[in-house]
Amino acid sequence: MAEYMAEGKKPEVLFWVGCAGSFDDRAKKITKAFVKLLHSANVDFAVLGTEESCTGDPAKRAGNEFLFQMQAVTNIEVMNAYEIKKVVTACPHCFNTLKNEYPVLGGDYEVMHHTQFLKSLLDEGRLAVEGGKFKGKRITFHDPCYLGRANNVYEAPRDLLKKLEVELVEMKRCKRDGLCCGAGGAQMFKEPEPGNKDVNIERTEDALETKPDIIAAGCPFCNTMMTDGVKNKEKEDSIEVMDVAELIANAQDL
Amino acid sequence: MQYIPNILFVIVLVAGIGYFTKNIRKVIRNIRLGQDVDRSDKKGERFKKMAMIAMGQSKMVRRPIAGILHLIVYLGFIIINIEVLEIIIDGIFGTHRVFAPLGSFYDFLIGSFEILALLVLVSVIIFWIRRNVINIKRFKTLKGWPKNDGNIILYFEVVLMTLFLTMNAADLQLQELGAAHYIKAGSYPVSQFISPLFDGMSQSSLFLIERTAWWLHIIGILVFLNYLYFSKHLHIMLAFPNTYYGDLKPQGELDNLEAVTNEVKLMMDPSADPFAAPSEDAAEAEPSTFGASDVTDLNWVQLLNAYTCTECGRCTSECPANQTGKKLSPRKIMMDTRDRLKEVGDNIDKNGSFVDDGKKLLNDYITPEELWACTSCNACVEACPVSISPLSIIIDMRRYLVMEESAAPTDLNNMMSNIENNGAPWPFNQMDRLNWSDE
Repeated sequence: MAEYMAEGKKPEVLFWVGCAGSFDDRAKKITKAFVKLLHSANVDFAVLGTEESCTGDPAKRAGNEFLFQMQAVTNIEVMNAYEIKKVVTACPHCFNTLKNEYPVLGGDYEVMHHTQFLKSLLDEGRLAVEGGKFKGKRITFHDPCYLGRANNVYEAPRDLLKKLEVELVEMKRCKRDGLCCGAGGAQMFKEPEPGNKDVNIERTEDALETKPDIIAAGCPFCNTMMTDGVKNKEKEDSIEVMDVAELIANAQDL
Repeated sequence: MQYIPNILFVIVLVAGIGYFTKNIRKVIRNIRLGQDVDRSDKKGERFKKMAMIAMGQSKMVRRPIAGILHLIVYLGFIIINIEVLEIIIDGIFGTHRVFAPLGSFYDFLIGSFEILALLVLVSVIIFWIRRNVINIKRFKTLKGWPKNDGNIILYFEVVLMTLFLTMNAADLQLQELGAAHYIKAGSYPVSQFISPLFDGMSQSSLFLIERTAWWLHIIGILVFLNYLYFSKHLHIMLAFPNTYYGDLKPQGELDNLEAVTNEVKLMMDPSADPFAAPSEDAAEAEPSTFGASDVTDLNWVQLLNAYTCTECGRCTSECPANQTGKKLSPRKIMMDTRDRLKEVGDNIDKNGSFVDDGKKLLNDYITPEELWACTSCNACVEACPVSISPLSIIIDMRRYLVMEESAAPTDLNNMMSNIENNGAPWPFNQMDRLNWSDE
């Protein structure tokens, strides 16, 4: 982003990579797949790079409002200085926080989840989504809580998957009734409370019931939880967990 | 002498409504113990939401069996209340079936009340079976008072509907016998089948049955009205304000604490003098607590939520933490909040103002283990048929644990210090943030 500023240019959109997308080895693959798609659609985008910092979502959900607002105010200072208008992110937690919780603190941007943004590129004819190697595969989509229930985005990821000419199968609990993967509310960063099962196992069982070839996700944390769930069920050889962006990019061998 | 029933009726009516009013004022006072939150905006949108969710029962019918049965009882309750209006007028003025001059419309009214009464009876019996016979987890987990409370309400309904139909059946016999005072009016699609039970009875015993059923019915309604305050059943009234004042924001959005914003702004302001003496009003103002440890730290909408909850348990049955055996139950969060609020209210009634009883909502009712099990997935909020948010209470109590007591689980403390130190929940170097682009 700093380079754009130095050249006096403004990007079409800021890609908010997020902590998982920047540091987590699995999520980095999603970041790269999404970037490939942005390039192929000739989207003029920028990233904040080392100037990006955690949105504060896990701190806020853990109850540390103070830390959240410190993070938020700092990020807003940076984005406002760059006169950012539009943000896209591949993480529903960043998406929810940037979209809903930053405006009151002075950060008003048009915020899109990457599946919404890809859908808009598709609608504008800038991005071609074709079945390629996933044609006919059984895919089930796990709704991330912070994309679905939290913000009522259910159709964009499904529309993209349908374009891949896959056989989209729904789990018995989907859309607004979707079950959490177990990572939200800062659970990702702690051991679960004592119980008789982990939430991600319960959710993986929902997914396995649909006998999928691929479990599609739209969130790096859901991705981790579902991948762990599939490994726990020793199905990792037959079932892949992939982000919607990865599916589209891989279908075209980008 | 002939006015004695009328006077008696007025006394019963005034006493019944008076005691109810007194208790409802307590409920309102208790709700007002909550912190202020502005919900006076967007009146149109709020009204629409109330019309859809409370009046239209749109979220109830998402579970079709319970939803449709509830819809019948709800409609029965509202429509049969027109009959209660007639009973009250008759009772005060000593008339009988004062609306009878409406003619065929009256026939239609009484006829539909009877059919509804029968449907309500059937629904309530199915409800009882669901609660006590069929193995439904969200009802099975209720023990003690909450379980009895749920059943008592159902018994009330059965008794009231039976009395209503008995009254009509006896009335029909009296009408056919041409008894004085009993004008021929109304249609009796249901009680005509009860009526043969009274065949051959004398006018005076029929009169006794009709009057007894009439009196017990109206007294029953007044007792039911007054029972509401002591039960979980206030939702029949509070569902309306609760959906009206409910949160309109996207479910994922949590409020930003203003007290914290002020602190953060002060820290970020280069011209702020860190050593300045606080201004006089600031020094006098009570320091605010961050988050909630007791009911008075919650806002009034959260307290209204607690009184509105009717313990149906849809929230808990959808909760991922609960389904996987964790201690958290969103329904319990709401029940605990109301129990504690009642306790605080009783304390105020007894002592004039609140005297510290050494108890708090946190720890004495809700344990940190429950709070930390939440994934903030909003399934409970989505499931609630009357716009209650257990999540907002959970988050406020986590805020207290973290910001007032620094009592977060160690893993979360590590996560938070990572964010503070290197801007990510994991211990990675901020300078490595762009490394993915070269890998």
